[in-house]
Amino acid sequence: MGAVMVVINSGNDIEWRRRTTKKQIGIWLGWLVGISIVLFAWSVISEKTVWFFVQDAPRQAADIGSRMIPPKWSYITELLVPVWDTINIATLGTIIAMTIAVPVAFCAARNTTPHNSVRAIALFIIVSSRSVNSLIWALMLVFILGPGVLAGTIAIGLRSIGFCAKLLYESIEEIDESQVEAVKATGASNIQQMTYGILPQVLPTIAGVGIYRWDINIRESTILGLVGAGGIGLQLNGSINTLAWTQVSTILLVILVTVFISEWVSAKVRGAII
Amino acid sequence: MLKLSALTKRYDTGDLALNQVDLEIPDAQVLALIGPSGAGKSTLIRCVNRLVEPTSGSATLNDINLTKLSSRGLRKSRRKMGMIFQEYALVERLTVMENVLSGRLGYVGFWRSYFRKFPKDDIKEAFRLLDRVGLLEMADKRADELSGGQRQRVGICRALIQNPDLLLVDEPTASLDPKTSRQIMRLINELCSERGLTAIINIHDVLLAQMFAQRIVGLANGEVVYDGKPEGLTPEVLTQIYGEEDWTATIEKVDEEDEEE
Repeated sequence: MGAVMVVINSGNDIEWRRRTTKKQIGIWLGWLVGISIVLFAWSVISEKTVWFFVQDAPRQAADIGSRMIPPKWSYITELLVPVWDTINIATLGTIIAMTIAVPVAFCAARNTTPHNSVRAIALFIIVSSRSVNSLIWALMLVFILGPGVLAGTIAIGLRSIGFCAKLLYESIEEIDESQVEAVKATGASNIQQMTYGILPQVLPTIAGVGIYRWDINIRESTILGLVGAGGIGLQLNGSINTLAWTQVSTILLVILVTVFISEWVSAKVRGAII
Repeated sequence: MLKLSALTKRYDTGDLALNQVDLEIPDAQVLALIGPSGAGKSTLIRCVNRLVEPTSGSATLNDINLTKLSSRGLRKSRRKMGMIFQEYALVERLTVMENVLSGRLGYVGFWRSYFRKFPKDDIKEAFRLLDRVGLLEMADKRADELSGGQRQRVGICRALIQNPDLLLVDEPTASLDPKTSRQIMRLINELCSERGLTAIINIHDVLLAQMFAQRIVGLANGEVVYDGKPEGLTPEVLTQIYGEEDWTATIEKVDEEDEEE
């Protein structure tokens, strides 16, 4: 039964403790084991590290840093198209993801699913989409579709379905059922109950999740070029491989500005919705 | 006429919420259902429109056995039963007008309702009802901007636009202050007599029940223990419904109330 508390009543003295002694010792043991594991892992990592290289790190970082300055501003003209691609990958990928995620979420939520077997399928879609990183989706899709923006867009879309559907179905499960009950009592059909009783309650979440995921996807799509799936990552990879550090710094600055703008846009939109 | 025969509800948890309830409510009668929390009042009215499925027994409205209906027939019959809720149960993010019009969902097809293309007559009736309850200028406000009393009025409009034969009213005043409670009860009462509606009103407030209902039914542990006139609620009867308590204050107040009116 819930929490176990201890009340010791001896004569006119009453004592209260949050936990039983046995439980308290158990908790201490848990901490002991946890900390030991962290210390052990630390020592393993330490043994496997070549400290000679690490000691060198500040100098190396300073070296690369100095090679990055000043950024090669003229290179920006070559980045405009890749940045545009990156934004398109994120935006289209998010739209694809949301179109699929909304029905999947309704199938996955306990209170709206048509059947338990449908729910199992929906949950499977969510888990499998979430368990694969978008970079890995992109790697596979580049093999299937060939390199380019299309592979990147679909990779972003596939990765985002699970994320969006999970947040959505949790919000569907938390709606106020009495509003749905009231709509039901008027003689409304199932789908009318959905659009009148449930949808208005989850619409802010749908919009919020979409914007949030778009924001994340802008960031994710900047690296997809590393595997040839389009976007600015291609230039980044090329510049690092050719040791063109002034180009790398330019690209990093462009990414920073793009992310900053997307952050600003999503904050504005979110504010407008709620 | 609404007729309940041997209506019984046992929840999955094993709790017997209603035990063989027999009740006959003639047309145009306003009946107050009183009883302690957990007596089965909410379950009773929800078994009528089958928001809760009764375990056994039957509920018959105008010769239609509601308990035997298919889901299609049930939807059709629900259109004739308006329901008013304790916490109003308005769709908070829709406008007042949308909430009122949602009372017509049983009559309007999906796409029309989705695009808010309700028939002209429905819209006219919605405005008329909002005017009747004094909320005409609120039509375009979102439901969550309204006060409790205003929300309950919208809830009443939503129930009435169904053009019901029967009103199922679940604790309409439990979330309202005493003055608003009286106004809401008076409004429900007036509307019932204007339209000749039958109503079952679940209510905690014995005083309000006595003021506004023609007939009182007392429910205790899922069984009817009192069925009669409001004046018949003596301390002995109240003890039978609610358990032992000093009821003289409640009764005295009722007498004062009667003198006022």
